[in-house]
Amino acid sequence: MSYTPITYPRLCELLDADTQLVEVLPQAEYTEEHLPGAINIPLKTLNAQSTALLDRNRAVVVYCFDGL
Amino acid sequence: MSPRAACRLATLGFNNVYDYVAGKADWLARGLPREGEKTAERRAFDLVVDDVVRCGLADRVSEICEQVAASRYGYAFVVSPAGILLGRLRRSALETGGDATAEQLMEAGPSTIRADAALETLAHRMRTKPLTALPVTTPEGELLGVVRRDDIESEPAPRAS
Repeated sequence: MSYTPITYPRLCELLDADTQLVEVLPQAEYTEEHLPGAINIPLKTLNAQSTALLDRNRAVVVYCFDGL
Repeated sequence: MSPRAACRLATLGFNNVYDYVAGKADWLARGLPREGEKTAERRAFDLVVDDVVRCGLADRVSEICEQVAASRYGYAFVVSPAGILLGRLRRSALETGGDATAEQLMEAGPSTIRADAALETLAHRMRTKPLTALPVTTPEGELLGVVRRDDIESEPAPRAS
């Protein structure tokens, strides 16, 4: 069970490869502004049910505002 | 927050999970496209112009001087081969520089702004200093161009909500 921290150049490669992009900030912040194509699953709601819409066969990139 | 989210996804059985650590702040600071209700809000990247003279560290002042004289700015920016902003060469230094190189006469580390800076904030900063333009860089320091005070002040005032 692990994940890979990435920076912008790697993000670009992943987005070109049809990666799923998930903003984990609260809904209000997502509604204000988010990366193109991102869906919103707030951290507090991240569970088996809320992630059921994600394709397990494709890579997933998560992001918040600045990693903190 | 995102490291915890990435870890949680891994515990839920996702095998190919990545954390874009620098996040939305990094994306917006690059002036990249965005979606959402605030996209109508004007920011620095909406007004960036890339017509400032650029030169390298080893370029001769005599060559740069002519380009600056023909531009609407009183200076040139010194950049690395990758476009990273290293310094500024003012016209006054250029005119007395003779055969010096840009590196010898530049002012190192000019102040910069990020592409997602709010225009209102920039206008205040430029009036206070006072400044006629500010260089805009990516988070890595790559020069995108400048935002001019005249351009900000000619922007229509935002509508009251």
